Amino acid sequence: MSYDTTDVLDHETREAIDIDRTKGDFTFPERNKFDAGRGLTSATVDYISDVKNDPDWVREFRHKALKVFQDKPMPTNWATKDLDAIDFDIIRYYLSDGEKPKRSWDDVPADVLETFERLGIPQQERAFLAGVEAQFDSEAAYSNVKEELTKQGVIFCNSTEGLKEHEEIFRPWFGKVIPTGDNKFSALNSAVFSGGSFIYIPKGLKLKQPLQAYFRINSENFGQFERTLIIADEGAELMYMEGCTAPKFETATLHSAVVELVALKGAKIQYVTVQNWSSNVFNLVTKRGIAMEDAEVRWIDCNIGSRLTMKYPGVIMKGKRARGEVISIALANTGQHQDTGAKMIHAADDTTSNVVSKSISVGEGRSTYRGQVHIPKHLKGCKNNTECDALLINSHSRTDTYPAITVKGNRHATQHEASVSQVSDDMLFYMQQRGLNEGQAMSLAVNGFINDLVREFPMEYSVELKRLIDLEMEGSVG
Amino acid sequence: MSLQITNLYATLEDGTEILKGVNLDIPKGEVHAIMGPNGSGKSTLSKVIAGHESYIVTAGSVTQDGEEILGKSVDERSRGGIFLAFQYPSEVPGVSNANFIRAALQARLPKGQEIDAVAYYKNLYSKMDHLEMDRKFTARAVNEGFSGGEKKRNEILQMMMLEPEYCILDETDSGLDIDALKIVAKGVNAMRSEGRGMLLITHYQRLLDYIKPDHVHVMAEGKIVRSGGPELALELEKDGYEFLKEPALA
Repeated sequence: MSYDTTDVLDHETREAIDIDRTKGDFTFPERNKFDAGRGLTSATVDYISDVKNDPDWVREFRHKALKVFQDKPMPTNWATKDLDAIDFDIIRYYLSDGEKPKRSWDDVPADVLETFERLGIPQQERAFLAGVEAQFDSEAAYSNVKEELTKQGVIFCNSTEGLKEHEEIFRPWFGKVIPTGDNKFSALNSAVFSGGSFIYIPKGLKLKQPLQAYFRINSENFGQFERTLIIADEGAELMYMEGCTAPKFETATLHSAVVELVALKGAKIQYVTVQNWSSNVFNLVTKRGIAMEDAEVRWIDCNIGSRLTMKYPGVIMKGKRARGEVISIALANTGQHQDTGAKMIHAADDTTSNVVSKSISVGEGRSTYRGQVHIPKHLKGCKNNTECDALLINSHSRTDTYPAITVKGNRHATQHEASVSQVSDDMLFYMQQRGLNEGQAMSLAVNGFINDLVREFPMEYSVELKRLIDLEMEGSVG
Repeated sequence: MSLQITNLYATLEDGTEILKGVNLDIPKGEVHAIMGPNGSGKSTLSKVIAGHESYIVTAGSVTQDGEEILGKSVDERSRGGIFLAFQYPSEVPGVSNANFIRAALQARLPKGQEIDAVAYYKNLYSKMDHLEMDRKFTARAVNEGFSGGEKKRNEILQMMMLEPEYCILDETDSGLDIDALKIVAKGVNAMRSEGRGMLLITHYQRLLDYIKPDHVHVMAEGKIVRSGGPELALELEKDGYEFLKEPALA
């Protein structure tokens, strides 16, 4: 689409367009120095290891993972058959221009810079971020953190740098929260991972501003496999936010990340995602955190885009009084399936977990909630609260809830609530009689439905979220 | 300048005829009341004027200041100045009253123009004071957990904020105790003006003790069967709707 729409579109609409998917729907010609080609064999893995100049232990790790990936069946026995539409033989597993991540936007190549400027990343960095990493296909194009934080010992770089330059911190935790064999896609990521963030926050340091990563897919038939590891040392606190977009290609694109969070004693990690992939991206992501004594891990997760998302952020509460939380919003429009949920693994006494999930299914969109809460018998004083609410807009949409709460022993407290509601004709008539058109009325109803969760997002993201939802709703009626 | 209903026929989707030739003219500056027994078509008339899609207009017209409105959508009619105070207002979970009314006002502005928040709240608070509504009300979700009286007061608040040209109040008195009724009447009376026409739909004379209509109509079996001055309401109160059964009026 053209961007010179000043005459036809009013201010409000243009502003809305600036954050919607059409904003991400552009691409630049590829100029990749390194291209692993199509399909996945051990030669592909070697190619990636060669380009990245991996240490031997990483190369070995990748090859083992490839074997696990090849041996594991697709999880279509419990998940959607749509997974079979992924053709692993046409996907390109590594693309990069061979440049190192830049510390200044001035050094980023013009087309990449323009990409991120259109997405508003440098502007946001100036306004409210402590650090930014911007990934373009397989590698970070830009990575920078405020100088005073570096002086205080904060590490914020991509995974390649992390494993080479900070091996002593990186290696002990890498692949420990999410083992290679956790699932087929964590194995795939482990074989071909590239990019993603490595973050270390030293003891007692509480970051006031968030760190942000932005993931951009530019090339068709490309698979993005970033790998993120965040370690908050004792008493440290941080908020990390990630966003993502891709142009809308004719064929399917794959995004399969692994994100591991480690909150040591008394640390707090909040991980915020606004996922707005274009509607042909398979988004199959494994995210899990471990919380030690008195530590807290919160996943604040919003899924609006993609063709199929399968994502169940988890928290292993390993230390006493650890807390885990998943706040999740999913919007599934026609052609989309948001298969999301949460895993709460209680592994110490007096641990507390909270899951609040709200899904909206519009048109023929489908939402699924899968939850797993595990509290073993030998523990005491564990608490879990799970709430899942679904909102259906029109009769074609579908929603399913599969909560699995395993609580053994009688010294725990759990509660589970689920609801399904609709925007009724009466409610719609009422709102329209006050002057709102159908799209505005639907937007308002949807925003009302998720209102209490949107407040959990940082201000800048909640504004973006609201606009994205308005746009989705206005596009889905009339 | 009037809301004019001419020979209006409407059916349900299953073909059941509810309105059977309604004629009514509500000029600006006047308050009209429609009374009648349950099932006479009073509420249906209000919904058809508002544009509810469950009813099919088979004949007749509804004009606003000479312009036909039957082809317009519900929200167009609303923005054009037709307001319906609901008998059973819907809940809108999670949406605060303040945001709801603001969205309704925003929908009336030309694109690109934003409501001035300070002026908006000033206006909202003054109307709420008039209706003796607590300030906490603005943050509560629309009609969620409201008592019957609070819902009706909220309808009047919205009416006062949207400043419509024609107001239709459907059984606004039902479910109100006498104190709430007085407050609602106070709001409605404050809205009476030369530039505004009003139609009160009610089952009982009670409301008309507090809002004096200029004209009273009786509706039965989908038609206006009698019209008169305020005295007609008193007569109905005394004698009930028995006269409808008299063959002379059939």
